[in-house]
Amino acid sequence: MADTVETKIQNYRTAPFDARFPNTNQTRNCYQNYLDFHRCTKALSTKDQDVAPCDWYQRVYKSLCPTSWVGKWDEQIEGGSFAGKI
Amino acid sequence: MAFPSQLGFQDAASPVMEELLHFHDHAMMIVFMISTLVLYFIVALVTSSLTNKYILDSQEIEIIWTVLPAIILILIALPSLRILYLMDEINDPHLTIKAMGHQWYWSYEYTDYDALEFDSYMIPTQDLTPGQFRLLEADHRMIAPVESPVRVLVSGEDVLHSWAVPSLGVKMDAVPGRLNQTAFIASRPGVFYGQCSEICGANHSFMPVVVEAVPLQDFEAWSTLMIQDA
Repeated sequence: MADTVETKIQNYRTAPFDARFPNTNQTRNCYQNYLDFHRCTKALSTKDQDVAPCDWYQRVYKSLCPTSWVGKWDEQIEGGSFAGKI
Repeated sequence: MAFPSQLGFQDAASPVMEELLHFHDHAMMIVFMISTLVLYFIVALVTSSLTNKYILDSQEIEIIWTVLPAIILILIALPSLRILYLMDEINDPHLTIKAMGHQWYWSYEYTDYDALEFDSYMIPTQDLTPGQFRLLEADHRMIAPVESPVRVLVSGEDVLHSWAVPSLGVKMDAVPGRLNQTAFIASRPGVFYGQCSEICGANHSFMPVVVEAVPLQDFEAWSTLMIQDA
């Protein structure tokens, strides 16, 4: 399982088609992957497991999300004002 | 790009735009034929000195001028729906580029691997070199590889803008807080121009979109150079 994720990350080209977000509006696609990355790292690090599988979500949100959005959200997380549930 | 006294579309630089162009030719031909026919009827009736006050009804011609238009409409609808579904197909992009609209310039982000970001301002008229196009040239073009499916995510950082490149058959609104996806494949290398297509303030007419399609190796060399220079 971890191997397949690793090869997927190694062969990463760009964010693939996600059937959950088939339409023009990809806002939620970006936001969901950002949330999933932080939830994944939080969940795996609390169990003292390797957070490497979470890198997939990071690659995807870095591909999709505008850097200004990511910067703003990162600041909010640091400041404790991020609205999403992580 | 556009040229003076242009009547039709710009030359297509993507498969989708080619389809749209051919469909437009097809629909336009039908429209011209109908218009010519109607013009003939009008002229024939107006210049005729014959009158007939006793026609009440005629089943045959009523059938003809109901069925024939229905057939014509089907002949227009079928290619139209074919293209609609073609444009809606799921594509598997090789590259994602984000185009962010600002007042009054575009910024492009290539973040699949390393973070590459740059702004693209219009070159003012007084700074143009001979041969460059007025109000269309930009200092940094959006470079894309030829014959690769490219996903473009468009958004706005302040007000509404719209990212459009007619020769690629692409137009997508840049809405603040929203990420709109469009895609294109550049069939040939070249430089393709577009202009901001949503009113966005004083310099709305002065924030052009310039896409340069290059072979993949040149694209990779360019992106490596840009990241090193940053």
